[in-house]
Amino acid sequence: MNRSFIARNPSVLIFLSILALFTLLVTLLSEGFGAGLVSTSMVKTLGKTLCLCLIAVAMDLIWGYTGILSLGHFAFFGLGGYMIGMWLMFERTRQIVVTSLSEGVLPPTPEDIQAAIGNQIFGVVGSSEFPLIWMFADSLVLQLAFVVLVPGALAFVFGWLAFRSRVTGVYLSILTQAMTLGLSLYLFQNASGLRGNNGLSGLQNLPGVTAPQSVVSLWFFWASALALALGYLLVAWVVSGKFGSVIRGIRDNEARVRFLGYSVESYKLAVFTLTACISGIAGALYYPQAGIINPAEVAPIASIYLAVWVAIGGRGRLYGAVIGTALVSLVSSWFTGGQAPDVNLGFYTIKWVDWWLVLLGLSFVLVTLYAPRGIGGLFDLVARKNPGEGP
Amino acid sequence: MSTLLEVSGVTVSFDGFRAINNLSFQIGAAELRAVIGPNGAGKTTFMDIVTGKTRPDEGHILWGEKSISLIGMSEAKIAQAGIGRKFQKPTVFEDQTVQENLLMALRKDRSPLAVLLFRPSVPDLDRVAELAAEIGLTEMLLRVSGELSHGQKQWLEIGMLLAQEPRLLLVDEPAAGMTLAEREKTTAILTEAAKTRAVVVVEHDMEFVRRLNCKVTVLHEGAVLAEGSLDHVTKNKDVSVVYLGR
Amino acid sequence: MKSLFLALLSAVLLTTAAPAMAGTVQEVLQDQRALIEKSSRRTVGPAIDALVMSDLPQMQAVLEAWQAKEMWQRKEDGWFFAASKNADGTYVLHRFEDGTKVGDYAKGALKQLKPNSGVRAMIATALVQYQLSDPDINKRTGALDSIARDPEAALLAPLRASIPGETDPGVLSRKTRLERLMSMAYDTDIAVRVTAINDMSGDLGVDFRATLNPILTTKTTILAVGQTTDATTDANVARVLLPGSETLSTQAAYALLVAADLAPAELTQDARDAALEANIEAGRVGGFPVAQLGTQAKRDAAYDALVAADLAAPRITAEDIAASLASYQFREIYQEPSQAVTDVAAAALAKSEGRVAVNQAVDLGLDALSLASIYFLAAIGLAITFGVMGVINMAHGEFIMMGAYTGYVVQMFIANHTLSILVAVPLAFAVTFAAGVALERLVIRWLAHRPLETLLATFGVSIALQQLAKNIFGTQARPLTAPAWLDGTWVINDVVAISSIRIAIFILALLFLGLFLFIMKRTRLGLETRAVTQTPRMAASMGINPDRVNMLTFGLGSGIAGIAGVAIGLFAKVTSEMGGDYIVQSFMTVVVGGVGNIWGTLAGAMMIGGFQKGVEWLNPSNTLAAQTYMIVFIIIFIQFRPRGIIALKGRAAGD
Repeated sequence: MNRSFIARNPSVLIFLSILALFTLLVTLLSEGFGAGLVSTSMVKTLGKTLCLCLIAVAMDLIWGYTGILSLGHFAFFGLGGYMIGMWLMFERTRQIVVTSLSEGVLPPTPEDIQAAIGNQIFGVVGSSEFPLIWMFADSLVLQLAFVVLVPGALAFVFGWLAFRSRVTGVYLSILTQAMTLGLSLYLFQNASGLRGNNGLSGLQNLPGVTAPQSVVSLWFFWASALALALGYLLVAWVVSGKFGSVIRGIRDNEARVRFLGYSVESYKLAVFTLTACISGIAGALYYPQAGIINPAEVAPIASIYLAVWVAIGGRGRLYGAVIGTALVSLVSSWFTGGQAPDVNLGFYTIKWVDWWLVLLGLSFVLVTLYAPRGIGGLFDLVARKNPGEGP
Repeated sequence: MSTLLEVSGVTVSFDGFRAINNLSFQIGAAELRAVIGPNGAGKTTFMDIVTGKTRPDEGHILWGEKSISLIGMSEAKIAQAGIGRKFQKPTVFEDQTVQENLLMALRKDRSPLAVLLFRPSVPDLDRVAELAAEIGLTEMLLRVSGELSHGQKQWLEIGMLLAQEPRLLLVDEPAAGMTLAEREKTTAILTEAAKTRAVVVVEHDMEFVRRLNCKVTVLHEGAVLAEGSLDHVTKNKDVSVVYLGR
Repeated sequence: MKSLFLALLSAVLLTTAAPAMAGTVQEVLQDQRALIEKSSRRTVGPAIDALVMSDLPQMQAVLEAWQAKEMWQRKEDGWFFAASKNADGTYVLHRFEDGTKVGDYAKGALKQLKPNSGVRAMIATALVQYQLSDPDINKRTGALDSIARDPEAALLAPLRASIPGETDPGVLSRKTRLERLMSMAYDTDIAVRVTAINDMSGDLGVDFRATLNPILTTKTTILAVGQTTDATTDANVARVLLPGSETLSTQAAYALLVAADLAPAELTQDARDAALEANIEAGRVGGFPVAQLGTQAKRDAAYDALVAADLAAPRITAEDIAASLASYQFREIYQEPSQAVTDVAAAALAKSEGRVAVNQAVDLGLDALSLASIYFLAAIGLAITFGVMGVINMAHGEFIMMGAYTGYVVQMFIANHTLSILVAVPLAFAVTFAAGVALERLVIRWLAHRPLETLLATFGVSIALQQLAKNIFGTQARPLTAPAWLDGTWVINDVVAISSIRIAIFILALLFLGLFLFIMKRTRLGLETRAVTQTPRMAASMGINPDRVNMLTFGLGSGIAGIAGVAIGLFAKVTSEMGGDYIVQSFMTVVVGGVGNIWGTLAGAMMIGGFQKGVEWLNPSNTLAAQTYMIVFIIIFIQFRPRGIIALKGRAAGD
């Protein structure tokens, strides 16, 4: 990160400052460390929103800058969540099991402990055997590595196959959607080894941590803010230089880039894999705050919402993705959380829990039709900035 | 004069239609060549084959001193080997600046990692400035290329081709839609380029071909109909039948 | 024992047609009075046999009355009568002999016979032989059902006896088949059984295999080596099992010995731990501190120390197990003593199973075909809008849903299911046609040649429509009931069967294919559509209005989706989310088949349907996995044929 990079991209500095201020403000108003004006559940919601913003930044890199409309990035997000969830669940169950087994006359053997953990975790799917994929669940370091490696590997294999056969445009979008559907159906089975539709739960409890949730929620909030800041910086840096030129070139005219001698497939694959890794990290931070992850989270519709957020925010500019995601997901949880006041029309009462999605769907159509640059486009109008000049 | 590109006996058909029929073509290392022919003669398909976009059904395409076969190589690999292509419609990256366009084309390591870590050095920027001067876009260097005029885009694309430092330039109708002054400049750029490398110009416009003053290859129905100086080929009966007979 | 005795008696009785032994019904009943009064499952047998053997025609009525608890005893003399309750609470008695009325009695003067359920079952068995020849065909088939459900050796003879008198051909064939099956299992003559089995060898019927299976059941027995006098030595041995082989693991063999008390049990971890816990002295076991016993190795060591100190029983070693196993032989013995019977039964079963496998493959093929027609139905609308026009409509699945809900709404107003379907199909077409036209005019037209934007906007429409349906119809599934004539199943044999609704869907898919080909190849609209999609400007200059053509074609594709929705709703639940279940598959079908070619769509549907059924067959419990594998398969398939099964070639297809 040299000076000229920041200098050339003032929006990055502005964004990071706002993010830092926001983090400080929330901390000072939180129950854990400050005035208590922001509830713990609100801190969690905000922390989760930051994670969603991070995956939106990744989505903007792959879609807004590279032109690949992936409908599969929530699959990577979910995989990241599952990877960290495995460790959280295993370690926490292990501590509970060790405590209860220690009450016996003989000290428990490792086999006893393993069997008891297996029973605890897989009892709901009628099994007590540890599936092979839980082999390293006892190691935080390995599972943290998997948060990046597993989504990355899946993206690499899928991307290699898809890009190699020159699947582009809507075909690729549909193919990524199929991949997501396949993964979610796979996770829904009990035989997947990840507890089928029960998913992994109790993830909000950090093993060995006695601090109250009001404090833990802030730790995750900070971690999410830091991850978003670093992710934003990384992506802004990636798109700022010649690499950014090449991928935007791919977006606008793939064949031309190829005839310039660039191996388009390698670039797409690199971006696809990188964004999958970022999504995995975002997911790994999101689900401990949500407390539970199940296959429904990975369903294709989630990835579609991600595209909606980025489109509303304005693709091709990173702050647009962040603004769109923060706005739509917070408004969405406000409407669906039942806090929004009902509208009484006399003959019919509009309950927002029911009608919010209709509104969102229609506004999405309107944005696509009339404001293809999204909210970010408004900033352009105000700032008289040239589109695409940078994040 | 050594042969740079040798195409021999190449045939391509689409659903039974033979777009290229047993075509053979050669060009030396520093030569300017015009390829002319009526619509559907296979000019664009010929360029597609050489640049790797279309794979021929039969025939050989040999490249360079080592006579490497280009068949089966990807477009990117062929471009890296030293074949540059300019499309009929000017295709520059319109939402990027002229400088960014030229930097992208500059002959450098094209692997993703190298590109990611690339930061333009002073010689790089000098080379870009030099190219911009050559194509008359010095003033426009920091402008978004979408704002350029049609002719300027054509030049920018030629400039990008030159930045690639190819050994063979394939240029598709460079003068289309240009004013007279612009044509003269384009001619100058191409003849200058042909001093150090091979340049193949596909063109409809006989006036422009005459201006280029080089050897001409006439394509018809996917095969070479005649080859020689422009005067020589225009005297050829077959050629006049093809061009004027209908 | 009892049933054998009964069988013997009835056989004698029925084959020789012996004259009646006792005089009247009442006399026979009085002979057995003690047994009838105190009837229990164990004792009543001879009494029932005696009643049956009397060969009196009225005995069927007696047994039926007894079974129905309508037989009463007159207290004054102990005579038995059929009784029925009068309106005033008294009972009227009828003689069994001729049905004449005896008179009204107060309840106190009578005693009701209340056979328990075990006795009633025995009466029912005895009754079957009467019912087999009953003039009422329903009673005869009822009796056959009861025998088939619960076959018994005793029933073979009455069944055989009833065959010559059978007049109904359907019942006769059932009787004959049942007689053959029961002969296999129960005939006393081995030769008859072998012939019966050989006659039906290779039969596909479930009943045939169900009859053979008990004949071939085996039991693993243990025989001491060198033992020759044992009762099981000349048993019908299926095979000898070697401990440690694939069929009988060493542990399983030893467990058998332990279960038969022929060897001491191995030391389990629980037993070991219990021994350790029992011997804790001052925080130490066998010299080891308790706190150290956190591993299996330490615990074993501690236990060995206990053994050395004679505080625990020594463990069974591998050598002990080997020695125990060496002194016994393990054999699988057929329950059926006759080797001739088991041999032919095994051969017949193998043959049947072979044929069953072939038929299952046929059945699987039919299943795959029917799944393929569903995919084809769901995808054919897309084949028009996406395949021909190149428009991505992610709300296509919601059009299917709209069609299905239209069918549901029509059924709320028209009770007759046949009529309601006939109304629903055109109405669904009309509704979704209108929706398609609206979508085209309001959204898609403005996004022409921007496929990714079209995809996104139609996603928005899809989200809104789904939620709208949820708001109107609720989240629970709504039924769309098929008319009765679609409810049946076409049964080819016991293995191959296909439901009528699937046949109907197959026919509908064929109709749609024909319709599509007709519209695209033979009508003006088809010609104009192809012209507009290939070269819009040229088409426009020839007087075709591209906007109108696009609108109509899109409406047509959407309308077909609506009809498909009605068809799909007939066998799947109608929910607001049903569209999502089909959209990805439908796109895959079109893409895999090859965009722009209806035959490609057909081939794609066949391939996806066939592949999915194939995977389900390999892993029947898991249809979710089948879909996952299918998607993986599609991704790999696209590697080899990026443009689908039937690809358009040429320069036009290159961009």
